[in-house]
Amino acid sequence: MIPLSWYLIFSAALFSIGLFGVLARKNVIGMLMGVELMLNAVNINLLAFWSYLYAGVNGLVFVAIVFVAAAAEVAVGLALIISIYRRKRTVVPDEVDGLRG
Amino acid sequence: MSGMQIVFLVAAAITLVSAVLVVTLRRTMSSALLLVLTLLGVSVLFVLLQAQFFAVVQVLIYIGAVATLILFVVMLTRSVMDTSEPQVHKNWWLAALVSLVVFVALVVTLSSWQAFPQVQRAIPADSGENLAALGKALVDPNGFALPFEVASILLVATMIGAVYIASERKGEE
Repeated sequence: MIPLSWYLIFSAALFSIGLFGVLARKNVIGMLMGVELMLNAVNINLLAFWSYLYAGVNGLVFVAIVFVAAAAEVAVGLALIISIYRRKRTVVPDEVDGLRG
Repeated sequence: MSGMQIVFLVAAAITLVSAVLVVTLRRTMSSALLLVLTLLGVSVLFVLLQAQFFAVVQVLIYIGAVATLILFVVMLTRSVMDTSEPQVHKNWWLAALVSLVVFVALVVTLSSWQAFPQVQRAIPADSGENLAALGKALVDPNGFALPFEVASILLVATMIGAVYIASERKGEE
């Protein structure tokens, strides 16, 4: 029997690692991978509460919607990266400063 | 310590170590490949949570689609980043501090929850998700038909938007 706290502490750790990736990475693809880690941590949290506290269908729908949102986010994000790479030959967000006044 | 706990600890350790490598490695290709290992570890935890269906969905969507897409983009945009210089900002310690504060705050909040140790598993040990109920709830007007349709519109908009943004247009620049 695995305590619920293990799952929650694990997902907190995974979320923090992803947050570090988003904040510290120079490469925008690395930042996107950090976002994926954070979304996975959220999904573990949702499924842990579904499994331990609220064994209905609501938590599962929430997880499915998070999957859809993650897929949509990564598809549009990578399309933007390709587009920016084609014009500016860079994947570093700091070098994309066309809107700076 | 039961067998399930050992499986959990091994999977969690592998997942966390590979997640740390994903955000710290210099070569983006290596971290994209380690992202696959991390997602696989998360799907092992889904199985331990009795969510077999979502473990399969995790492998199909995250590893099959998302990680593959990331790998392709890494290969398309290779040769831009110089891997000899560090891949993190020079004030990365600030990011590490923020992440550490978030982690400690989450753990402190969790440990202040009174009912925490007594929580028992709500679903029986040998059953998974009730997929028939999930499918019915997704198309039930009194259930989640509206979020379901919104999600499908989001996916269509994503598809059109991604094709439009990434397509090469002549006579521009």
